[in-house]
Amino acid sequence: MKIVVCAKQVPDTNEVKIDQQKGTLIREGVPSILNPDDANALEAALCVKDEYPGTTVSVISMGPAQALIMLRECIAMGADDGYLLSSRAFGGADTCATSTTIAAGIEKIGDVDIIFAGRQAIDGDTAQVGPQLAMRLGLPVVTYVQKVREIKDGSIVVERQLEDGYEVVEVTRPCVLTCVKELNEPRYMTVSRILYACDEADIKIWNEKDVDLDPSKCGLAASPTNVQRSFTPPPKGKGEMLTGSISEMAAALVSRLSEKHVI
Amino acid sequence: MVLSEKYQLIRKLARDFSEKEIPKEVQDNIDQTGEYPQELLAKFKKYGFFGIKAPKELGGQGADTLAYVITIEEISRVNLVSAIYVSGANSLGSGPLMLAGTDEQKRKYLAPVARGEMMPSFGLTEPGAGSDAGGVVTTAVRDGDDWILNGRKAFITAAPISDFCIVFAKTDPKAGSHGITTFIVDMKAPGVSFGKHENKMGIIGCPTSDIVLEDVRVKDEDRLGEINKGFSNAMKTLDYGRLGVAAQSVGVAQSCLEEAIKYAKERKQFGQPIAKFQAISFMVADMATELEASRELLYNAAVNKDLNDPKASMYCSMAKYFASEACNRIAYKALQIHGGYGYIKDYRIERLYRDARINSIFEGTSQVQQMVISGALLK
Repeated sequence: MKIVVCAKQVPDTNEVKIDQQKGTLIREGVPSILNPDDANALEAALCVKDEYPGTTVSVISMGPAQALIMLRECIAMGADDGYLLSSRAFGGADTCATSTTIAAGIEKIGDVDIIFAGRQAIDGDTAQVGPQLAMRLGLPVVTYVQKVREIKDGSIVVERQLEDGYEVVEVTRPCVLTCVKELNEPRYMTVSRILYACDEADIKIWNEKDVDLDPSKCGLAASPTNVQRSFTPPPKGKGEMLTGSISEMAAALVSRLSEKHVI
Repeated sequence: MVLSEKYQLIRKLARDFSEKEIPKEVQDNIDQTGEYPQELLAKFKKYGFFGIKAPKELGGQGADTLAYVITIEEISRVNLVSAIYVSGANSLGSGPLMLAGTDEQKRKYLAPVARGEMMPSFGLTEPGAGSDAGGVVTTAVRDGDDWILNGRKAFITAAPISDFCIVFAKTDPKAGSHGITTFIVDMKAPGVSFGKHENKMGIIGCPTSDIVLEDVRVKDEDRLGEINKGFSNAMKTLDYGRLGVAAQSVGVAQSCLEEAIKYAKERKQFGQPIAKFQAISFMVADMATELEASRELLYNAAVNKDLNDPKASMYCSMAKYFASEACNRIAYKALQIHGGYGYIKDYRIERLYRDARINSIFEGTSQVQQMVISGALLK
């Protein structure tokens, strides 16, 4: 089987601080990490590889050259090779242009059986690129995959997470699966794999020409959405805790709601 | 030193692993009970931490000395005693085998150590031979094809749980340090026994004891290296051990600094966080500066060791000397910043302070490092 995993290098939001005056994220000096959900996607792919010898796992990403270390990390976890879509033309892309670019990269890789992606990236939280990618490649997609149940000839059976449970979906291959963190616990790298990833592994860097994309179809030029404003939501006012017996609290609550003309 | 992607990833691996697998409750439990969890050792084994430097063909990871010290630094940042298990297998336990072992000895002993299947120990120190390592009085006497060993080794890290010990014994009692030979001694062999577990101040969770050798028969095939050439093996191995301790010192000091900064920002006195007071903030500046200097000395020594620089031993001693002393100064200041709370076991700094103290003692005291450094300069 041939598996491609989509991964994104993101700022570690645990480390991000907010500029209180400008209301923007301070990204300087913030470490970049492999997007957590993408690590689950990679782990899912590596589990398939463990079970079906001969399976290859490639990781694809779009971003500047600094994202190479993330691809090396993925290879150090067990992926076979990596592809970085990197070009000035790809800059400023929204999810729409990003999915076009990644789809072109995956088409160039060719003959893929399963594409795993994370549910969403922690910097944008859109969860759009996975499904858009499926649409562009003309493939079925299952989002919020929390378990891979069975791989059959020509299809795969997965559990899809819902708010109040899950549903079991059988989907034909090739397909796109977006993964949630409940799917698995990503494995560690090993030292010997790190040496391989940094000294020997094959990581290809492709620009728009390499993947046959017109520059007008990628980057800022092909992004119909743009960010108007970033801001920190104002902190919520301090709540009021009601005390007393249940009937007293209920009475107090009703009176407060009436005061505010909610009821 | 600007680290390449390779070493950045090695740091990430060691940090992620240690933070996740050795949480605070586990650390506290080890310190309180002295019991080290077997499942944690199994995890270190699973991920190849016992063979970072061992060659791949022997089941190791095949990395260099810089990768080794970064790994030890990061494990020590979380839990020093865990790092001692990992460091022992990578330096003192495997060093003499790497340096002087035959292919057969490497296959039989080094490979299982690298894979985490055997625990080694290193028996140089004796009750009367500490800093003066050449003064060992344990003897090995030829008996046909075998050797008969008699003597007592002291303060041997992990002795009671080790599978074999690299023992240094006098084979020519008149020749001083030039009459020492190295042997691989099975710790289950008849005549081997252990003293009581030492009740240590810190690094609790890795048993330390004497090894008593009474007419222990060792086959000549378990003699490591040439007869009467053991001392130079020991000294070369100690370079790696000293880098390991320097790395442990940097890791513990890093942790002390982090605890001090966190506490100084939280703790309020006179209406403001104590970090706002120059007396505290300048202590933090000194700690961070000494730590960074330690780290640079360490990485420089590690790289020089792999380049076989003739001054490598001196650099290793400098790194060990400076980093371990700095670690103690940093631990002192970090505890001082915590005030009375730092003296209470509920605060992590209390254990860090106790753990830090060993670093300027084992693998050669600071004074022995001064002897090595000055000896190299005044030759």
